[in-house]
Amino acid sequence: MKKILAAFAIALFPLAALAAGGAAHLDHVETNVRDQAVLQRGAQLYMNYCMGCHSLQYERYQRFQTGLGVPEDLVMKHLRFDTEAKIGDLMENAMRDKDAKVWFGAPPPDLTLIARSRGVDYLYTYLRTFYKDPARPWGVNNKAFPDVGMPHVLLELQGLQECAPGPVHAGNGGIKRDPLTGKEVLFGDDGKPLNPCGRLKVTQPGTMTPAEYDSAMVDLVSFLEYIAEPTQQDRKRIGIYVLAFLLLFFVFAWLLNREYWKDVH
Amino acid sequence: MSKMLIGLRDWVDERLPIVRAWDTHMGKYYAPKNFNFWYFFGVLSLLVLVNQLLTGIWLTMSFNPSAEGAFASVEYIMRDVDYGWIIRYMHSTGASAFFAVVYLHMFRGLLYGSYKKPRELVWIFGMLIYLALMAEGFLGYVLPWGQMSYWGAQVIVSLFGAIPVVGDAIVEWVRGDYLISGITLNRFFALHVVAIPIILLALVLLHILALHEVGSNNPDGVEIKKNKDENGVPRDGIAFHPYYTVHDLQAIVVFLFIFSTVLFFMPEMGGYFLEYANFEEANGLKTPAHIAPVWYYTPYYAMLRATTLEWFGMSSKLWGFIIMAAAIAILFVLPWLDRSPVKSWRYKGRLSKIALLTFPVVFIFLGYLGAKPADLVVLGIEGKSWAQWMTIVYFLFFLLMPIYTSIEKTKPVPDRVTMK
Repeated sequence: MKKILAAFAIALFPLAALAAGGAAHLDHVETNVRDQAVLQRGAQLYMNYCMGCHSLQYERYQRFQTGLGVPEDLVMKHLRFDTEAKIGDLMENAMRDKDAKVWFGAPPPDLTLIARSRGVDYLYTYLRTFYKDPARPWGVNNKAFPDVGMPHVLLELQGLQECAPGPVHAGNGGIKRDPLTGKEVLFGDDGKPLNPCGRLKVTQPGTMTPAEYDSAMVDLVSFLEYIAEPTQQDRKRIGIYVLAFLLLFFVFAWLLNREYWKDVH
Repeated sequence: MSKMLIGLRDWVDERLPIVRAWDTHMGKYYAPKNFNFWYFFGVLSLLVLVNQLLTGIWLTMSFNPSAEGAFASVEYIMRDVDYGWIIRYMHSTGASAFFAVVYLHMFRGLLYGSYKKPRELVWIFGMLIYLALMAEGFLGYVLPWGQMSYWGAQVIVSLFGAIPVVGDAIVEWVRGDYLISGITLNRFFALHVVAIPIILLALVLLHILALHEVGSNNPDGVEIKKNKDENGVPRDGIAFHPYYTVHDLQAIVVFLFIFSTVLFFMPEMGGYFLEYANFEEANGLKTPAHIAPVWYYTPYYAMLRATTLEWFGMSSKLWGFIIMAAAIAILFVLPWLDRSPVKSWRYKGRLSKIALLTFPVVFIFLGYLGAKPADLVVLGIEGKSWAQWMTIVYFLFFLLMPIYTSIEKTKPVPDRVTMK
């Protein structure tokens, strides 16, 4: 048995080794794709603030509606802005690529699969790190996606953030602190900030507090994770039954083998 | 009822020797009774092959092989086709599983000298299967038409461009266009679902026929046919059916357990079975920051990328291509590189044992390097230097084999197989 385990360890080793290694810093988010209330709030945000530019063209209204547990008439009334779209239609929008290119420099991508291609941590960080930058066409820049072509569409919720001096890393890799007070060192000897945009501060408040906004972004990112793979919950549920069946089946396979091989020496 | 079935069997058997075929390959095919863990991967390869064929047929029913429709049709399968997501994940997980079991199957051959006389042809057919499998995997990876599909194809197809004089013409001929396009996708689809599967099936058949002609090797490397009882049955042999069918059934269940764990709980396998960038539709104007092939090609990709030779006025790209091709080609002549009087590593000398244990480490390390960005640094040494050294060790394993297998002292091989 030990030998078998060792062999499996060898077989899986390349994957373990490959899976290591990290990327640039992103804030971690704990999404919740099992809670329909979370998904509904996320969908509400998406349809109101994102859908105008970013389609969900691989998903149909009907699956969206049943998956989120929203009655069909409510979806058709409140979550569908294309009045010609039927419940079985794909969730497309009216923006033409040609126009979008003129307005934003590039057509806004479809976001059905964005959570799978970029990851939820990236989305969560991206949505929360717009900050004031007068040099950009829309007056904002983004820390997760520098020089992004998109305006801060959630500005009315979050308010406008501005750069503030942030902590820097010391030689040992930790946060650089004052040895006497233990406070973070934000400014150099010349009085200039060491990391001029290390933190973001809300200078013009929106309708949400920062905590409310973060929570809303968890909802939105959870919705995006859901829409990227609507079958995710089914997959895991069915998986449990499959594995349970295989465990049971193994017992019989093992007994059958033992019966046949008991006379072989 | 059973009388009728027996009658039917006999009726067919008089016209087509099905009973003889069953006996030759199952009921009276005597396999050594001392098979161990490593002998499961042949039957598992066959299982995955069947999985790929069946799921592939169902995927084909809903897939749209055009540049405009391919990506969307995969999502259609994932969302709108009933249980289409299971079929798709079975196929995508199956592709990686195929290589995993085939690599273990090949390593078994190395350990126990299964390629040695009289099984050279079995090995060569096996190598051809591996080659066809690599082609099949590459072609199939292009079909979902994601960013990695597109740019992976771009990188691999452009390799042919390194061939002097005719390179560019060949690339254009393969693509059928001046760049990877819907035309390329169409032809890759045809090759993936028709041409290569036919070749694969034919080669698998030849692999098994050749094996059943000479008989299976075993962990001791003892020829069981040299010791037969009065009925002509090898004393150390045991009927494949039912003994190994029930034996392999256990392995199949264990394999399916691991396979299902991946399929249902981590179908992307951390980006190594389904690369994250492939969830973005192919875009010929947007090159991904880091193009990496799927994990099963990365050892060769590392060799290709690390090659900086520019001998005889030929480009390093061409040399990389040559080295990559040679790394696979050299496996074909393995039966003639091994000069050892014994088959199994159990009775080979210390040099062979060291070589056999070093080889998988080097191969896996190359795979790791090939999957990582080119500017990777491991233990303070550039990934590129590592890859160059590992490539040299890879080749030394084969090139020095005639020497280390003939000078080392081997242990005496027992007359009969051992059950340990």
